[in-house]
Amino acid sequence: MKQLVVISGKGGTGKTVVSGSLAALAKNKIMVDCDVDAADLHLLLHPTIKERHEFRSGQTAIIDKKLCKKCGKCIPVCRFGAVKDDFTVERFSCEGCALCSHICPHGAIRMEENVAGEWFISDTHYGPFVHAKLGIAEENSGKLVAKIRQIAKEIAEKQALDYVIIDGPPGIGCPVIASLSGVDCALIVTEPTLSGLHDAERVMEVAKHFNIPVKLVVNKYDLNTAVTAKIEAFCRERDVSVAGKIPFDKTVVEALVEGKTIVEYAACPAADEVKNIWEGLR
Amino acid sequence: MIISIASGKGGTGKTTVAVNLALSLKNIQLLDCDVEEPNAHLFIKPRIKEEVKACIPVPEVDETKCNYCGKCREVCAYHAIAVLPGSEGRKGSVLIFPHLCHGCGACSLLCPQSAIKEVNKEIGVIEIGEKDHMQFVHGRLNIGEAMSPPLIRQVKKYINPTRTVIIDAPPGTSCPVITAVKGSDFCVLVTEPTPFGLNDLILAVEVLRKLQIPFGVVINRSDIGDGKVDSYCQEENIPILMKIPFSREIAVSYSEGVPIVKKDNSYQDKFINLYLNICAIKNEAISRH
Repeated sequence: MKQLVVISGKGGTGKTVVSGSLAALAKNKIMVDCDVDAADLHLLLHPTIKERHEFRSGQTAIIDKKLCKKCGKCIPVCRFGAVKDDFTVERFSCEGCALCSHICPHGAIRMEENVAGEWFISDTHYGPFVHAKLGIAEENSGKLVAKIRQIAKEIAEKQALDYVIIDGPPGIGCPVIASLSGVDCALIVTEPTLSGLHDAERVMEVAKHFNIPVKLVVNKYDLNTAVTAKIEAFCRERDVSVAGKIPFDKTVVEALVEGKTIVEYAACPAADEVKNIWEGLR
Repeated sequence: MIISIASGKGGTGKTTVAVNLALSLKNIQLLDCDVEEPNAHLFIKPRIKEEVKACIPVPEVDETKCNYCGKCREVCAYHAIAVLPGSEGRKGSVLIFPHLCHGCGACSLLCPQSAIKEVNKEIGVIEIGEKDHMQFVHGRLNIGEAMSPPLIRQVKKYINPTRTVIIDAPPGTSCPVITAVKGSDFCVLVTEPTPFGLNDLILAVEVLRKLQIPFGVVINRSDIGDGKVDSYCQEENIPILMKIPFSREIAVSYSEGVPIVKKDNSYQDKFINLYLNICAIKNEAISRH
């Protein structure tokens, strides 16, 4: 069984469009959407949810007004500025460290576990799909990513699947690191812009930092062939192979609007290139 | 006034809006709070005058004072400390995992032996600069660091209240975004008229309603996709502040790191208009209260 993650550094370069097409092209696999705070892959895979689970993670401090003597000890110790002058806790600032509850001489502060989101096991036309929804303004997205990856891996092992294909989040922080760890290959999707190059370079360094083999795809490569050439040269320098170059193609947005993967929607140059990319990856 | 530019979905044009808005107005401070992947500097090309290391406090144990009681492990909510008690003839030991540490200070404050002090661990850098009359600050998270919110908070300490502050936020709906937009007077949500854009816009709207920050929407590449973002905004009574049609000129100019207002100054009026729309909504909200 092989695990492949699609990441990008910069958002909006086409991760989910590529992942959705891989769902249609790869056989005998499980799909995972690890962009848990803005998940979109379900809009292409149209899952039927089979199992729904609460994701409990982290804590929030609650001050009991009856026990609180307003001595003020909790306010200066909070490094996150979450305890307000009126002895209430601002939920979005509280990181659940519980220092206030330890320091309170009157036992007036208790910690409550957060329901930080939900995760799902679904059926799709493309096989099993594990996805999640982080609660609005919640934290611990990295832990939720780790959770659904573990579930997907267990299903893959049980059903003797060949691939775990992961649609990753943008950025280089905690959910990206959780999406990357232990995969066999990270496919970086970027675009021929200076931002795309800058961000791909950073996420590539993150992958290198965790010893993950990397391949790169340039999406909409013909929007700026000079920057595409720069990206290719940059990849050569680092011994990273360019798995493909997808042309700018208005059919991609049309397919998206219809909720379909490009390889299934219509024969078009972008779909052809994605097929080539998959042939090279498998 | 502090205006943050955010979006649920990545790549919708946050940086385009932040940079061009900043260049169209006077007396501006631009803060790039997308510290995982900062891009605004590629367009502004600021002259960096000062570089500051951004650190978080992590514990360091003085093993001559430590008696391996395990209190620090017990109070650490993030499992960043492990304590192996000693046994006969063998010293105990304390293991610290700095990547899990949130820097809350509980271990050092609550250690009965006062054996823990905090030392600085670098998580990134903050660069402060300027371009013409614009003040510019951004943060850059170190490779391999997981936690961006502490760095975002440190970037925001440089907010200059005498200026109109524009914050370029990271994508998503979780802690980095919350940290970046919190305290803003207004938030501009940039989206695109596709099912992905709409799905993530709805999530971002929920975030801003929870945080009680007034907001409006900019629809980028407004002539591709479908009309569902428009009808969603109408149903939800969300003001559409600006529409930017897809143009190859903007796409190419973006790809080269050139702000569109520098290439075609007719865009300047459009971004000034965006600012006036924001002010009108703010004023209306104030007069209602």
